[in-house]
Amino acid sequence: MDTGIPMFKLSEIKKSLVVALWFIFLTFPIMVIKVNTIENFIAWRWRNMFMIGICSFVISLVWRYFQENEASGQRILSLFTQIPLVKRLKGMSVSERPTQDGVIRESNPMIQRIFYTLLIVMALLFPFVNDYQTTILTTALMYVILGLGLNIAVGLAGLLHLGYVAFYAVGAYTYAILNMHYGVGFWVALPLGGLLATLFGIALGIPVLRLRGDYLAIVTLGFGEITRITLENWDALTQGPSGIAQIPKPGLFGMELTTQQGIMYVYYLAVALAILTVFCTYRLQNSRIGRALMAMREDEIASQAMGINIARTKLTAFALSASFAGMAGVLFAAKTGFINPQSFTFMESAIILSIVVLGGMGSILGVIIGALILILLPEYLREVGNYRMLLFGASMVIMMIFRPQGIISNVRKVYKIDQGGQK
Amino acid sequence: MELEYFFELFLGGLVKGSIYALIALGYTMVYGVVELINFAHGEIYMLGAYTALIVASVLTVLGFPQLAIVVMAGLAAIIWASAYGYTVEKVAYKPLRKAPRLSPLISAIGMSIFLQNYVLLAQTDKFLPFPELIPEFEFWEPYSHIIGSPSLMILVSTVIIMMLLTYIIKYTTMGKAMRATAQDRTMAMLVGISVNKVISFTFVIGSSLAAVGGVLVASQMGQINFYIGFMAGIKAFTAAVLGGIGSIPGAVLGGLVLGMTESLATGYISSDYEDVFAFALLVLILIFRPAGLLGRNTTQKV
Repeated sequence: MDTGIPMFKLSEIKKSLVVALWFIFLTFPIMVIKVNTIENFIAWRWRNMFMIGICSFVISLVWRYFQENEASGQRILSLFTQIPLVKRLKGMSVSERPTQDGVIRESNPMIQRIFYTLLIVMALLFPFVNDYQTTILTTALMYVILGLGLNIAVGLAGLLHLGYVAFYAVGAYTYAILNMHYGVGFWVALPLGGLLATLFGIALGIPVLRLRGDYLAIVTLGFGEITRITLENWDALTQGPSGIAQIPKPGLFGMELTTQQGIMYVYYLAVALAILTVFCTYRLQNSRIGRALMAMREDEIASQAMGINIARTKLTAFALSASFAGMAGVLFAAKTGFINPQSFTFMESAIILSIVVLGGMGSILGVIIGALILILLPEYLREVGNYRMLLFGASMVIMMIFRPQGIISNVRKVYKIDQGGQK
Repeated sequence: MELEYFFELFLGGLVKGSIYALIALGYTMVYGVVELINFAHGEIYMLGAYTALIVASVLTVLGFPQLAIVVMAGLAAIIWASAYGYTVEKVAYKPLRKAPRLSPLISAIGMSIFLQNYVLLAQTDKFLPFPELIPEFEFWEPYSHIIGSPSLMILVSTVIIMMLLTYIIKYTTMGKAMRATAQDRTMAMLVGISVNKVISFTFVIGSSLAAVGGVLVASQMGQINFYIGFMAGIKAFTAAVLGGIGSIPGAVLGGLVLGMTESLATGYISSDYEDVFAFALLVLILIFRPAGLLGRNTTQKV
């Protein structure tokens, strides 16, 4: 049937037609009918039906076309990943293909260093663009910190954590409450918030030492929810759902800062904290603790046999990842000046987890890119108004379908045994 | 008086628990077959409730009798929720069968966000009043001070559905295929089971259970919005894990235990911390039984 002309086969069109009809049927009650229950009035929005039909037909046809022509399809799909920049970044973190002896080596440290320096210089010059962009980027940087923190638990240690936002909340509330009652400043609160979050991490870690996989996931989720509900109901301490307002911005040797300078200052703090986090996690990866975490991720029992104290390693993972969230929380409180429990819902945890998985578990650069995409995407999608969260959800699904291993997959160090020679 | 209060809470817990159980069954079945935490399950529940509301309103305006409305709204909810469950699986999970374990989870979270906003945009962000689908039965009048008709209806339909489900899973060919797939997917394929069909079927069954749960809860609560699926989903997930995820009697037991705990704790201690009790119970039980109440303790192999 290969005529050389990109023509759709009749069967393909038929199948797409079926898909279109299916989606028309599927979305019929929700999309077409709109009831006004008070006046008992029904609006039939037939236009939506046609739109759904046409859209799903076209999408299905395009999808089929790419599946049919595997090669061209691959080309299109890989456009997403093979953009020169991404490719180069990839090459810089770790070389993709194993070398001859099967050992993957770090790529040229010199290029890497230049690249990172450039990145930092760009980051430092950025706030001179405009305030709005700076604020958004500050938020994104905080998610970079959160993502990297969670990456320690999920990516390195393999502990699926769905309540990470609780530590973020602990940090934010530490600063807010201490400031409200005792007038504690930002710079004292920052380490305190980190410390308190660490303690919370250990407190969460102890009861869940024996749990694995999805059981761990639900308990951490529960932990996050418990924290949020407690914050909502413990009026005496947290002022309940109305939250705490008028949290002061961080001080700079007692200088008075204008609003614009304040935004820039917080941005630089976020950059500094992000760099610190990157540095710590980078150093962690190849340290004794980092290797213990990875060994535990691969196999608990085997790593135990190798002399790794599982209980201590797990607690370390929780504590370390929590401490970064705590510090990010303090920064968050200082940035917004107002916090309430609604900022710390499960959705936040889910988004942070998505950053880690989307970016590529265990990969620092991946997590940074993931955070920038997931946080900046909804911001720039503001143009499309109400559709922004819809597109956000859809793009999460689509990105996972196209890159299930994350944008930058963390290449594991693999030792290949020559099958021909020895066994 | 004291005893009566307890009895009231107990029944309330039973009703709540059976709803949790209904939704948890969908979670646990899907988990058993594809080992995926289906975060979009709560959204299917919400879609079921919405479909029922829309169909019921349309039929009311068209002037159908009450009984016909109840039956048709319920059926519509089941049909469309199943259709959504089926489609979600095909679109968001099937391409990820061979992907790393966490990827389908993220896809599920994305799907959940998508479906919430889909309903938000296509319908409304406000609470919609839900018609009282379940009437006050006349024959039940003398006992209605103990337990109202809607609650009774919830209990009865839950029991019937669970019996039906047990029958399907234990005695039908599809049920056997489901159990086989849950045990070992590759082996099931080798003996000629169409695994794709089994997975689709599981999603359809799970989604229809969620739809029934959605309709029952909505008609008892009297209002719905696009966000109701979220908490219901999380609670049901908790119930499923509590009982031992993957285990069907476990989901029922977990749901009942969870509902009962919430009801008693809110009645005797404080209503503000309802959800805290649920999760605290979960943590407590998992400390002593890390695989849930009825979950099998699998031995770890290196």
